[in-house]
Amino acid sequence: MPGSIRGCAMSPSDPRRRALLAALVLGALVLLAVFGPVASPYSYRALDWRHLAVPPGFVAEHWLGTDALGRDLYVRTLSGLRLSLLIGLLATLVSVLIGVAWGAAAGWVGGRLDAGMMRVVDVLYALPYLFIVLILAALFGRGNIAVLLLAIGAVGWLTLARVVRAQTLSLKRQAFMEAARAGGLSGLQMLRRHVLPNLAGTVVVYATLMVPQMIVYESFLSFLGLGVEPPRASLGSLINAGARQMLSAPWLLLVPATVLIVLLLAFNILGDALRDVLDPRQR
Amino acid sequence: MLGYALRRIAGIVPVLLILLTVSFFVIRLAPGGPFASARGLSARTRAELRARYGLDRPLPVQYAAYLRALAHGDLGRSYSLRDEPVAGLIGAGLPVSAELGAAALLLGALSGIALGIGAVLRRGGLIDRALAPLAAVTLALPSFVTGPLLALVFGLWLRWLPVAGWQPDTPRDLVLPAVTLALPLAASIARLTRAGLLEVLNASYIRTARARGLGRARVLWHHALRPALVPVVSYLGPAATYLVTGSLVVESVFELPGTGRYLVMGAIDRDYTLVMGMVLVYGTLTLLANLGADLLHAWLDPRVRHEPE
Repeated sequence: MPGSIRGCAMSPSDPRRRALLAALVLGALVLLAVFGPVASPYSYRALDWRHLAVPPGFVAEHWLGTDALGRDLYVRTLSGLRLSLLIGLLATLVSVLIGVAWGAAAGWVGGRLDAGMMRVVDVLYALPYLFIVLILAALFGRGNIAVLLLAIGAVGWLTLARVVRAQTLSLKRQAFMEAARAGGLSGLQMLRRHVLPNLAGTVVVYATLMVPQMIVYESFLSFLGLGVEPPRASLGSLINAGARQMLSAPWLLLVPATVLIVLLLAFNILGDALRDVLDPRQR
Repeated sequence: MLGYALRRIAGIVPVLLILLTVSFFVIRLAPGGPFASARGLSARTRAELRARYGLDRPLPVQYAAYLRALAHGDLGRSYSLRDEPVAGLIGAGLPVSAELGAAALLLGALSGIALGIGAVLRRGGLIDRALAPLAAVTLALPSFVTGPLLALVFGLWLRWLPVAGWQPDTPRDLVLPAVTLALPLAASIARLTRAGLLEVLNASYIRTARARGLGRARVLWHHALRPALVPVVSYLGPAATYLVTGSLVVESVFELPGTGRYLVMGAIDRDYTLVMGMVLVYGTLTLLANLGADLLHAWLDPRVRHEPE
């Protein structure tokens, strides 16, 4: 009879190794995103009329090829990667701040407030989210990165709020909390010294898994033409432009798509591995 | 069961009303307005147009008028698309979107459950070992990446399937969009089926059934599958939300004449009635689908019905 213990042992090697590998890939991508565009002689908007739509490896000047306007694909992909990373990280920060505050407040205070706050989360959960983000982005945020950031960031906090609330509730019932109260700590002090630090592991795991989601949202908005505006590029807008010309110039799709795939996989693998390390009970 | 269902159905109405109210005012808060970007209109024509659609009246009056019309089943007329009735526009595109969603749901559920069973039938076999990494990759990739890549490989390079476009009555056109939409669904359902089956197979009544001399396949099929699928059924709620928003993505990737395009188009053109119509239709669809999944769950698992709200 197949047992669950064997199922655990079957899972791929040590999560620490997977986490390290994913972190290395991410580190390399971040370095490339930060220094790559600077180190290249081209800018993301420079046109090269002598080399229009050159495939990768064709001319020495543009090793990853150029688009129909002669812009260097290597530089454009890397600056797109930088923008996607930046928006993904900042939007995650927004989400984490809202989610932790909401969940911790609901779980800590409890009672009517808790019921009301969680009811809001339930209702929002039932709505088609991307939809709302789309409407908001189309209405307020065309090309406005700050609005884009807020619209995307407002999406991710629901799950985190639920998880943080559940953890806060169970923390509240632990014996050491009673000890802290008996020791004369006030509510706020207990929250700061005992609850929040205990939430940190969970929050880190969820935040890591949230970054790729946020990058996907941003890329999707840019894919629809609601995100960053040309000549600026994000991975999403590059993939969109590439998809339109995939018959004549498939590399314009393949290069940014590959970078996005590697980026998303690295974040997901890192998040999953961190969960295994920090919280072996989940799974 | 009936009481539970009625309570849940009644719960939808206020949520929908809140959604509509918030959308109504938020849309009008946005800078610009209908006809603001239309060129070659004199100030007078513009004012006349605004008056024709009642946009010159105070917001609360407009809101009351909208709700009154809505109660009579009138979604209003589009400002940007030649004064067409919004209900007609959405009604024309919805069959395409619905067909896509239904095909993806069917494909995702069937292949997901089959893969999950396959993984459990042979623990440590090929399906079992490949499932976790494949599901992780599939779930990590968004449709707007898998869609163009599938179109590139199967449409342009192998020339097996049409890349984009839509003729009714040709199911071949549906294959790539439906597969793109179904992939993450299949991955989630396969994972849930596998995990559910593994858990159920540890139960004592399964041991009893095995001890009675029933074969592995028979036990799996007759005793384990139904309880193991409960998590899959409760996943159908989020899956429905995913399908609604996902079809939007896939429609724009494959340029299908569904309803998805109206949302972005309407919001950019400040076509208030069109956006409101989309919010209403897709909001209702999502809420109903979530409700359907919950009812199915309650029917399978009676404990759910008696939980205090």
